[in-house]
Amino acid sequence: MNGPHDLGGQMGFGPVAPEVNEPVFHANWEKRALGITLSCGAFGAWNIDESRHARENIAPADYLSASYYEIWIRALETLLERHGFATATELSAGHHMVDGREPKRVLTAEMVEGVLSKGSACDRPVAEAPRFSVGDRVRTRNFNPETHTRLPRYARAKTGVVEAVQGSFVFPDDNAHGRGENPQWVYTVVFDGGEIWGEGVDPTLAVSIDAWESYLERV
Amino acid sequence: MPSHHHDHDHHDHDHDNRYSDMQARVKALETLLTEKGLIDPAALDAIVETYETKVGPRNGAHVVAKAWTDPDFAAWLRKDATAAIASLGYTGRQGEHMRAVFNTADTHNVVVCTLCSCYPWSVLGLPPVWYKAPAYRSRAVIDPRGVLEEFGVTLAQDMKIRVWDSTAELRYLVIPERPAGTEGMTAEELAVLVTRDSMIGTGLAKTPEASS
Repeated sequence: MNGPHDLGGQMGFGPVAPEVNEPVFHANWEKRALGITLSCGAFGAWNIDESRHARENIAPADYLSASYYEIWIRALETLLERHGFATATELSAGHHMVDGREPKRVLTAEMVEGVLSKGSACDRPVAEAPRFSVGDRVRTRNFNPETHTRLPRYARAKTGVVEAVQGSFVFPDDNAHGRGENPQWVYTVVFDGGEIWGEGVDPTLAVSIDAWESYLERV
Repeated sequence: MPSHHHDHDHHDHDHDNRYSDMQARVKALETLLTEKGLIDPAALDAIVETYETKVGPRNGAHVVAKAWTDPDFAAWLRKDATAAIASLGYTGRQGEHMRAVFNTADTHNVVVCTLCSCYPWSVLGLPPVWYKAPAYRSRAVIDPRGVLEEFGVTLAQDMKIRVWDSTAELRYLVIPERPAGTEGMTAEELAVLVTRDSMIGTGLAKTPEASS
């Protein structure tokens, strides 16, 4: 979707503000927000692509004014309600009122080290050989789906070169919507800055994206 | 329509209030989920402790310093970064599919996630606020040289800049160039020179003079 999250090349946000000796967290609630988000992810009720899409669906004015942990919490509340773990009334009240869905697992303290150090790999085998090879010229598709995609707007309908075949991975455009993992080959595609930004671009600039095979057409 | 419009405004007002105090909002959510048996508050503590004390940019600095001092390791990192990094004990969440990109005398690498906040947690820990904020995500791909200036980094005009937008599940670690004047230093000594920002590409490794 062409949501507020798709920020590449937008203007008006001012300078980047690096913070000297930035702490890991800026408030206690950020610590709890991290822990709650990861704990609820462990339910196994939704996947990372559905989570990302829930964040993208936050109203643009809210998304752009929220800190990232607030974005996480807003999206998490959407997911908890959508998947039957909490009602809107409970979320407003902050207390248990009705029994909801049971998760596949509840993350306990003893499980944390194992879960975090294992992670969640999302490479999957595919039967077909990759359609593209290193050095191939490819054009990204021009589309504007209302659903989830990982092809940013700035990189649509642009011509670049396949720099690497990175393996085959879960396809987020399907996985975010419960349509299955449907893995595809992923390629690093590099573009000259001028192809993307046109006049006045820094001549030394090259930008790459990691693109699923169905985002690409042969030139 | 007037009454609908009024309701809509009222709804927005409530909606805004709900998130105006994040401390209270997150506390309410934690209380609700704990009462429902869906989360274990001790697990939250363990997650926080992991990223406050165990998983952070010192992990990545160890990887970089080893790459600087061990050509076989550097070659492994180019070929299979996930396995090479795992050999040092750094694995897991948001580091499942690692790629190392090496700065050279003529190319400087910068990593961004324009679409969300993808970041190599297993080697750098949690991303800094600026990495997740609109200013960096919007500008890193169109004006990386200007962004670098805001970090106090001025690159030579003819230095090529390569921006890696982390749009899939590959996570990128920049291997900065080893600073001059570090011959004979041990990997442990060199790791001190490797800043978090140098591994994102918004900084350079420190010189021995700057770090002393």
